[in-house]
Amino acid sequence: MVAGCAEKGIPIEIVGSGSKRAVGRPIGNAMTITTASLRGVTLYEPSELVMSARAGTPLTAIEAELAARGQMLAFEPIDIGPATGAAHGTQTIGAVFATNLSGARRIHSGAARDHLLGVKGVNGRAELFQSGGRVMKNVTGYDVARGLSGSWGTLAVLTEVTFKVVPWPETAATVVYLNLPDNLAVELLCAAMAQPVEVSGAVHLQAPLAARLSHPGLKTMGKSVTALRLENFSGAVTARKQKLKEALRVYGKALELDHRETLEFWSELRRLSVLPHRQTLLWRISTKPTMAAKLVQAIKRYMPAEAFYDWAGGLVWLEVPATADAGTAEIRRAAAIHGGHATLIRAERSVRASVEVFQPLSPAIERLTRGLKAAFDPAGILNPGRMYANL
Amino acid sequence: MTTNNVLGVRMVLIDGEIVDIGGPYLDAEGYDFLALIVGSEGQSGIITEATVRILPKSESARPILLGFGSSAAASSCVAAIIASGIIPVAIEFMDKPAIAVAEAYAKAGYPLDVEALLIVEVEGSPEEVNRLLADIVEISKGFQPKVIEASTSPEHSARIWKGRKAAFGAIGRISDYYCMDGTIPLSKMQEVLAKISQICAGHGLKVANVFHAGDGNLHPLILYNANNEDEARRAELAGAEILKLCVSVGGCLTGEHGVGIEKRDLMGVQFTPADLAVQMRIKSVFDPQWLLNAGKVFPLEAVEMKEAPPESTHRAA
Repeated sequence: MVAGCAEKGIPIEIVGSGSKRAVGRPIGNAMTITTASLRGVTLYEPSELVMSARAGTPLTAIEAELAARGQMLAFEPIDIGPATGAAHGTQTIGAVFATNLSGARRIHSGAARDHLLGVKGVNGRAELFQSGGRVMKNVTGYDVARGLSGSWGTLAVLTEVTFKVVPWPETAATVVYLNLPDNLAVELLCAAMAQPVEVSGAVHLQAPLAARLSHPGLKTMGKSVTALRLENFSGAVTARKQKLKEALRVYGKALELDHRETLEFWSELRRLSVLPHRQTLLWRISTKPTMAAKLVQAIKRYMPAEAFYDWAGGLVWLEVPATADAGTAEIRRAAAIHGGHATLIRAERSVRASVEVFQPLSPAIERLTRGLKAAFDPAGILNPGRMYANL
Repeated sequence: MTTNNVLGVRMVLIDGEIVDIGGPYLDAEGYDFLALIVGSEGQSGIITEATVRILPKSESARPILLGFGSSAAASSCVAAIIASGIIPVAIEFMDKPAIAVAEAYAKAGYPLDVEALLIVEVEGSPEEVNRLLADIVEISKGFQPKVIEASTSPEHSARIWKGRKAAFGAIGRISDYYCMDGTIPLSKMQEVLAKISQICAGHGLKVANVFHAGDGNLHPLILYNANNEDEARRAELAGAEILKLCVSVGGCLTGEHGVGIEKRDLMGVQFTPADLAVQMRIKSVFDPQWLLNAGKVFPLEAVEMKEAPPESTHRAA
């Protein structure tokens, strides 16, 4: 099918479960390739911390199989389905790697791309290829697998992925600070990251977003919530919690979430439940943690905005009112001044068709980008225009 | 892996243009070019600056030395430690020939009556390290260890590491060696170690093994005399057979040192022509004329047959 489309120049939209179909620039009239029938775990070696699965395997099935052996995906893949109008818990493992959307534990354990050991796929030339493998250390040839992560199906259709898994930590706890303004909160998150306690989640929710949490204590406070997660065996968590609170004493009194509350709190953030689907726009901004609060402040001069800071401030989810141009110019200008790049995650189709959804590229990078696209997909048939116009 | 912690590079492209790829951010804008550049063995451009992620140093770290009656027991113990959920910062493996040479040189106090030695290091606060080492001792007991020696002081740690760190040099004092770098799935370790011995014996050569067992990255050291042309040739043949073995059990040709020139002709063992074409086109994106480290990574005959650089324009959607 790919060969036929390549010959005739017929665009193909690649769909797993469709959980992220409303993200990116709309793809025009296209044939659809679905990976939904490519299901099943093909390799799982718990003692080697490795799993392979066909690309269309639902993430929930993967995580259930891992949990049965006390293991998990360390990068805690985030589910943007609910925030963009799709059901939660439907995404496929192929899409997780194709979009490289990592969750809170990214700051401790690395991104989705860092756990991807190998792929099999089909490029736009209808060639079946593989890259990488199933072993933990591998520098044989180019790291094509990792290079495909985050390419949103514009370079190849993934058919199978092999990835690293890790054991669930024995226990987890969360230390929470209330009512800190953004700048102090980010300062606290950064100070926590510098402590030798292996913080595995560092977030700050502005008060209006904290009010959308389900934790009865936190949602009714009317205050911002700044939270740090610790994971390890229980003795270590207890000791590290004390050490952390001691180091952060100047930021005020800390609340604590126990193991069960911790699991709930962070799984809620994984589903972006504080950013439910609505008419507002949702931006995802990568920046230097130390610049995050200033960047949000700069954007707020132009528009109302509510922020969820993840990755100790390195990632900002920003909810802003819907406008025809999505505030693109102002947001990208603020990102350029403070350092960072911004992706429009949620907007009406017409808006996504008319503005740059992904960060515009410098001329040199754009040239490389077009070259890479042509190397994989010379006819330009795979998810054309999803990331950038005419690409 | 290095690549996990590289956030950005400044690079000079073949046409002289200077580009910044990535930056002090935890994810890429657009395609993940960093993934393709890191480990490309100088084939994509000249890197002049890098931005890397740094981590707070752990409070303390201590190793434990475990000696076993067989390589099989040591391999099984490695798998059991990893399966238990402990992720040590190092699990180093030495076989009997390597232990003997390292001990003779470094006098680290290694037992000479064991077939295999593991050095397992864990880190954390002193209490955490105690607990993890105690857990590892418990796990190791399932594999009849002949020696259990946990470090009790920084000096003790240094002594335990001394032999391992000196091993390559120590072996180099007694013989020339040809060092391989294949990676294998942990579950194949026993089988592969036995076959490596057979391969080397088949070529009339001795082999010592010192490697990173935690991630299955083998470093068989094939001992030979560099002044003897025939032995040198046999060492190379044995090396190639070992790497083919690694690939055949699901592993790869190189775990950390790269392909270079030496292993380029083995690439066809691990990759199909289509797999290689996909990689070679990426090289052409950065370097259409193939001027940068052109003789590395890819088999020469594949390079000769490569397609013309891709046209970077195509029909708009």
